[in-house]
Amino acid sequence: MINAVGRDIPDYLLVDGKEVYQGRFAKDGQVLKRDAPTCVMNEKPVADKLCESIREACERCGAHDGMTISFHHAFRNGDYTASMVCRVLVEEMGIKDLRVAATSLGDAHNLLADYIEQGIIVQVQASGVRGRIGDAISHGKLKEPAIIRSHGGRPRAMMAGELHIDIAFLAAASSDKVGNASGNGGKNNCGSMGYAMPDSRYADKVVVITDTLAPFPNVPASVKCEDVDCVVVVDEIGDPKRIGTKEARVTQDPRDLMMAERAADVIAATPWFVDGFSYQTGAGGPSLAVTRFLEERMDAKEIKMGVAFGGITGNMCDLQDRGYVRKIVDTQDFDTKAIAHLHDCPDHVEMTVSDYANPASKGAYVNYLDYMILAALEVDVNFNVNVITGSDGVVRGAPGGHPDTAAGSKCCIIVTPLVRGRMPTVCKEVTTVTTPGECIDVVVTDYGTAVNPARQDIIDCLDAAGIPHVSIEYLQEKAYSIVGEPDPLKWEDKVVAIVEARDGTILDVIRQIKPYTFE
Amino acid sequence: MAGKITRPRPNKDRLRRTMMFMNAQRPGLIKDAYIYGCDSIMLDLEDAVAVNQKDAARFSLYHALTTVDYGDTEVIVRINGTDTEYWREDVRVCVAGGADGIRIPKCESAAQVKEVEAAVEEAEREFGVEVGWTLLMAALESPLGIMNAYEICTASDRMLGCAISGGDFRTSMRVQIEPDGIEINTARSMMLLAARAAGVQCLDTMYPNLDDEEGFRREVDLIVRMGFDGKSLINPKQIAYVHERLAPTQKQIAHSEKIVRSCREQADAGVGVYVVDGKMVDPPFFREAERIIELAKKCGVYHGDL
Amino acid sequence: MVIEKMAMAGTLESSDAQVTVEPADSLTLHIESSVLNQYGRQIKATVEEVLARLDVTSGRVTVVDKGALDCTLRARVECAVFRSCDASMVNVPWGGVIQ
Repeated sequence: MINAVGRDIPDYLLVDGKEVYQGRFAKDGQVLKRDAPTCVMNEKPVADKLCESIREACERCGAHDGMTISFHHAFRNGDYTASMVCRVLVEEMGIKDLRVAATSLGDAHNLLADYIEQGIIVQVQASGVRGRIGDAISHGKLKEPAIIRSHGGRPRAMMAGELHIDIAFLAAASSDKVGNASGNGGKNNCGSMGYAMPDSRYADKVVVITDTLAPFPNVPASVKCEDVDCVVVVDEIGDPKRIGTKEARVTQDPRDLMMAERAADVIAATPWFVDGFSYQTGAGGPSLAVTRFLEERMDAKEIKMGVAFGGITGNMCDLQDRGYVRKIVDTQDFDTKAIAHLHDCPDHVEMTVSDYANPASKGAYVNYLDYMILAALEVDVNFNVNVITGSDGVVRGAPGGHPDTAAGSKCCIIVTPLVRGRMPTVCKEVTTVTTPGECIDVVVTDYGTAVNPARQDIIDCLDAAGIPHVSIEYLQEKAYSIVGEPDPLKWEDKVVAIVEARDGTILDVIRQIKPYTFE
Repeated sequence: MAGKITRPRPNKDRLRRTMMFMNAQRPGLIKDAYIYGCDSIMLDLEDAVAVNQKDAARFSLYHALTTVDYGDTEVIVRINGTDTEYWREDVRVCVAGGADGIRIPKCESAAQVKEVEAAVEEAEREFGVEVGWTLLMAALESPLGIMNAYEICTASDRMLGCAISGGDFRTSMRVQIEPDGIEINTARSMMLLAARAAGVQCLDTMYPNLDDEEGFRREVDLIVRMGFDGKSLINPKQIAYVHERLAPTQKQIAHSEKIVRSCREQADAGVGVYVVDGKMVDPPFFREAERIIELAKKCGVYHGDL
Repeated sequence: MVIEKMAMAGTLESSDAQVTVEPADSLTLHIESSVLNQYGRQIKATVEEVLARLDVTSGRVTVVDKGALDCTLRARVECAVFRSCDASMVNVPWGGVIQ
């Protein structure tokens, strides 16, 4: 069946009430009942919830074949936990048919790629998949298609009972003996635990894994003892060098800076740029640089940013320290500066990813977002965005909060170079739709800025400010004139991953890629 | 092979506020350097290219010149010095590819210009390019070059202008870069005089310290006040400030407009010298006012109807 | 042209291509590319076109492409072939077989 972004979704996937994507607000107003985790009465006084080993925790939590386990990705590329736990489950306990529902998976998890290839991990659900796991999925090694969900789509799926987690293994920088856990106060800090918190509320069993046992009670806690079954203390939960860079540096690339300044001009020309505006930017080079150019525009208008949210970098913290940002509300920290800042500054606070982006809520933060600055691997002439499949058709990215913030924000701006090497970023049709074009308002490139024709209000603002703009078709033609028109990718029939829209409908599918041959 | 050039005819007197250096050997750089909006780009075959890659750089340059659409951005190529074995082939590839102009490095005499000009003309005949198409400019990098600036600037009808190259010049003068530019003040002044006397353009050296935004702006302010036409740059982020400073101010434009208008009216009435805003105005004022309006138009800051 | 000795041109930087030519009895072409799935066919066509224009009928040609544009690919193939004949430094036929 063809969905609202023109993608053909195989009928065999449309079972058990699964529907195709019908538009960004098609499910608005739908009533749903929260799916609750099982809980066990705990009445007796006990000393603690400490386990000697991960294995003991797994046994106490009833680890079994075919179960769904979860991890969070606040420790990013430095994460040891997911691999440690999977090794115990597979090598020591011989568990089979594992389903891994992580908030994101990446280069730190190559061991999981081995287990996928061996058929031990049979399914993956994540907001993003990089590294060898992406290769394994794209080459059809999973028994069941992977499910790719946005950051808001994941807690929605847990609430709706579509994703039910048997055991959540949640790495924490520090925890006390009963499971009050935090992203700070340890030897390897990650800052916000925004991704872990919904899992702690919706998983049947919760295991906190830390390398720093803090005195009881370890408060304020992100993950709370009432939700935690077991606590395991290990030597190291992560590689500090890979958890966060020292400080995410703002790009010095002249191309990125030029695009960033153009995006800042677009912001300054639109009506939401008033005192107290809300703002989020991705952590990519040009996106991050936009913030730098906002400063002088805020000065000129004598206004301040009301709130910055989402993933946070040190330069946003700097901006707050210099009085430009009233509140930072933080789901994830990208560098050590932001991690420390979350701990030290009262106007910089943690929020859960559900609070941030869940569409099945009474109003997530993204619904109140004025400006969202995002990157893209591809944008097509219908403004659909791909941030997950590379030019070789392999899964190597993460929608993350892209679809959530694009749908919720009043003005969503994609900042991307027109071509990367020989890859045209603006193209006729994206390989995979991860964010529907109806949510994308402006595309800023090094060869010009295009506004979605659906946003005549923004077009009028740019015209009034004398900001030149071009059509998205002009950008696509320019890109092809530089790099040549790409040949279509060749796919097998087998669906290896399902891209879920944030409302749970099917936005797109990713098929197994055929090996390339010269004919 | 003749008539392949699709670029507009090079214009000696075009706007050259900014001339940005690019290594001709780096594919990622040369493919679209024009997007930053500098007036001229300078593809470098000289210092930026290692000795064992001179040939490869020429192949890259040839295809860049013949395939990339640089629009109305001028494309100049810096060839290797006339004391090297490379420069003659550099000239051939520039002419064959249809470069707008050639920058002669380490230029010290009119004879050197004439030698390059002869090679250019020979190449134009070889490749069927209209004789006289390719412009020349001289980089003055030594005290002797500065002393001979006038004869260099007048050595060929192809000369669009000259530029001082600060690095080499300072070395030969045994001085370091100074915040107020005192160390090359005399050279800048002498070169400016020579260029104006010869009726060609005069460009300043590049500012080497990319991170010193304040020092860069100070130098731009200085050379704008001295009367330079433009400046060599090494990074696109330096373009905006030079363009801003070299554009006439709205106040200058308003005043010039008034002079041009009243002058036209008075001329119709047969009056020679008259007064605008309490100041006496005669033909040189009028010509300057017209120049400012023209410059404002070229800089895109004129919105009037003159 | 006859490939007389092994020669190389280009780098492995992004947007570049490294081309190696070696003498051989027949003409073989080996292409690796970071954009093979979408541009493999065009890369091969470009390289073959340049080799045909240079009248190269034998030799082992290896292209390791890092997303080079067509104009860069042409420059690298031509330079490698001209280097293999010691003909890359002077009197290159710009606009002749080089176009």
